[in-house]
Amino acid sequence: MITMPPSDQAVLARRAEIVAALRRIVPGEGVIDAEHERRAFECDGLTAYRQLPMVVVLPETTAQVVEVLRHCSANNVKVVPRGAGTSLSGGALPLEDGVLLGLGKFNRILEIDIANRCVVVQPGVTNLGITHAVQAHGLYYAPDPSSQIACTIGGNVAENSGGVHCLKYGLTTNNVIGIEMVTMDGELVRLGGKHFDASGYDLLGVMVGSEGMLGVVTEVTVRVLPTPPGARALIIGFPSVEGAGDCVAAVIGDGIIPGGMEIMDRLAIEAAEAFVHAGYPLDAEALLIVELDGCEAEVDHLIAAVEAIAARHGATSCRSSQSEEERLLFWAGRKAAFPAVGRISPDYYCMDGTIPRKRIGDVLLRMKQMEARYGLRAANVFHAGDGNLHPLILYDANKPGELERAEAFGSDILRLCVEVGGVLTGEHGVGVEKRDLMDTMFNEIDLNQQQRLKCAFDEKSLLNPGKVFPQLCRCAELGRVHVRAGQLRFPDLPRF
Amino acid sequence: MTVFQPSDAAEAAEVVAWAAAEGQPLEIVAGGSKRGLGRPPRADHQLDLSRLAGIVDYDPAELILTARAATPMAEIEAELKAKRQMLAFEPPDWRGLMGGDGEPTLGGVLACNLAGPRRVRAGAARDYFLGFSAINGWGEVWKAGGKVVKNVTGYDMCKLQAGAYGTLSVLTEVTLKVMPRPETACTILLQSMADEIAIPELLRALNTPYEVSAAAHLPAPAARRSAVEGVAQGLGAVTALRLEGPAPSVAFRAKAIESLLGHGLRLDAAETERLWAEIGRVRPLLPSGARRLWRLCPTPTSAPVVSNALRAQFASAEAFYDWGGGLIWLSLEADEAGPDGGASRVRAAMREAGGHSTLVVAPDDVRARAAVFEPLEGALAALMKRVKNGFDPRGVLNPGRMHEGQ
Repeated sequence: MITMPPSDQAVLARRAEIVAALRRIVPGEGVIDAEHERRAFECDGLTAYRQLPMVVVLPETTAQVVEVLRHCSANNVKVVPRGAGTSLSGGALPLEDGVLLGLGKFNRILEIDIANRCVVVQPGVTNLGITHAVQAHGLYYAPDPSSQIACTIGGNVAENSGGVHCLKYGLTTNNVIGIEMVTMDGELVRLGGKHFDASGYDLLGVMVGSEGMLGVVTEVTVRVLPTPPGARALIIGFPSVEGAGDCVAAVIGDGIIPGGMEIMDRLAIEAAEAFVHAGYPLDAEALLIVELDGCEAEVDHLIAAVEAIAARHGATSCRSSQSEEERLLFWAGRKAAFPAVGRISPDYYCMDGTIPRKRIGDVLLRMKQMEARYGLRAANVFHAGDGNLHPLILYDANKPGELERAEAFGSDILRLCVEVGGVLTGEHGVGVEKRDLMDTMFNEIDLNQQQRLKCAFDEKSLLNPGKVFPQLCRCAELGRVHVRAGQLRFPDLPRF
Repeated sequence: MTVFQPSDAAEAAEVVAWAAAEGQPLEIVAGGSKRGLGRPPRADHQLDLSRLAGIVDYDPAELILTARAATPMAEIEAELKAKRQMLAFEPPDWRGLMGGDGEPTLGGVLACNLAGPRRVRAGAARDYFLGFSAINGWGEVWKAGGKVVKNVTGYDMCKLQAGAYGTLSVLTEVTLKVMPRPETACTILLQSMADEIAIPELLRALNTPYEVSAAAHLPAPAARRSAVEGVAQGLGAVTALRLEGPAPSVAFRAKAIESLLGHGLRLDAAETERLWAEIGRVRPLLPSGARRLWRLCPTPTSAPVVSNALRAQFASAEAFYDWGGGLIWLSLEADEAGPDGGASRVRAAMREAGGHSTLVVAPDDVRARAAVFEPLEGALAALMKRVKNGFDPRGVLNPGRMHEGQ
């Protein structure tokens, strides 16, 4: 289990005083003090980790956010920002001595600018809420994390959320063009806007995916895209996962970037089919779902092309959706994969590594060996186009030691992802969950450089500390210039 | 001046460590094709990375390319073309624009965050930059990102290096996401529209589901300079929309766009390639002679208003539009632009529109005097400065290339 930074006893001793000060900034019900009410905020989507926050603040205006952060900064009080709390990596896990800053009341759509194809929203608007606001104009917001009905755009910015369609349409970072944010010391900063790029360093780019550690986002401008006129899906059965992987490589090698491309393994297929009855082939070891979107002429052309590629790669079955209802049914199984797995196991633990797709065969083989070693099963769903693997480890939290075994199994899977040339997290974020695995990917110099960026935004390390980095920032030490003159020989290098 | 030519990243790191220890600023170069971009160099020494070249790994099916930073763009593009792939952000060839004969390199394209006409749909260099190895201002070799297309492990440092003009770290090896090259393309040309009509039409086209991949408007003088016959021989202004993809899809969408915006001339795939390369190169479409060249990025709908304001300020102003109005290339006669290259009046014209402007072509003394990039103020400027200090506290990497002290 992960350890969080030690609580600041001086802050805890001043708790009543801090609560009173916060009430002066956010009046009424915006400051939540009672323990039973704070309980609702004790965890996010990673429910294995829980911590009661010192106090919860739900501001309604940017001015209040500025004041709260100024006060906390001046009084050395830690702050954990939170959107809808759907993080799967513990990014919004509270701190015992920290203020939990909920942005849920920032739920207004501020401007819909059709001509410039963008929407300005407050951070508490849900991902799907943006699409709902513009769909009458034939537009939509492309990144579609599976929690899109609940997760907020502010949380998406913090986590750089992806989704099924991101191989073709990009992650959050490719679809957010501006933000307003408040730094830990209460400075209001605007980055980007409705225009392309911006002057100076791309701080917007680095804010997206910074897991709530660099600033608190108070407004977001997103790019919206014209809704594709049509979409059709294929479900293709394969006798092996490698076969499905080879087919994916061939589709991309042929120049086709599908709107979505997913692989499920046998256990995931069986669980989903039993739950949703989507017509998945139960004789297949792997199922590939491919969705082609665009104008009708393009979709029909590409469906035929993918069918031909599948046939060449040993597909044992291949069906294309003949109606919108059928397309949605094909997806229903995949989208319900998590709850479907939940039906065959009391608990499951969802992982999120990315691997070079060509290594899928070895990785699944090694996972089978791990299943035997840990005495636990794993079902696999896989964003096949971009190599983002979501193993679902099945366990029973009521059996002593199973949660720990599931976590150890998960860590081994992520180490394996890194070993084969991949990364720890494709879209869920590091949070607390993968924090202590960061050194499998990065050495001390790499992590120090990341932390120096943190220091530029939050010198006192008060904003969401204990996440992402195995060690807390030591800004003074990291910023020191080690003058090594005299120790270095003048480099003996070719020059002219 | 000393020119250091390290043969690998470790040697390059040693040079930077020495520079930091001795407080000796370095100008970071490879091909040197964009030396004239940004504020003029004020470094005593050059760190020439030309020898850090070559593709390290290219796996078309994984959509991944890793190369050393000084790999020539020509080599990258040839390799990609052989596998029917491309860099989706369409990096433009600015050799003619910058007036140098150096070889553009991948590291330079990323450090300047260049993007061509497809920017309007596909994003800029930053959007395809997945991972790197680099040297920070302490002379330490560090890395960030990864070699897979989807990764959120740690801060997205690639975004920060893209467009930092080598002031935050020296890139030594980079990994990019590549994309399939469209099977075919065509361009629809609409004739004789005034700017105020053309820009809203471009934006309307971009709002259709017909996947317009580039959208430019060339006022009559710019159109007449084009080497593409169908563009130059029109009677006046030319508004151009590009469609790319599988042949049946392009044919279908071209018809759909024409039924919406009116019929015009259609350019085939070969002419399409020539036209958009020319638009990316900029120079061929604007007047020659002693001119100052500005690159303006306003909120797209404001583009015609900005242009009108500029024409009211400068009799010599000539411009054309790309990115559906999100990019204006502006050329001013040197004398009329004045000692600051026209900076104060250009920025006044941009103020209402939102966005930013860059003085791309002007002699060193003008670029030393004027704010080449949009000036930063207040909390944002202070934050940028702290970021710079977090990477290069001694200020040895391309000092002053972007802003004073950055």
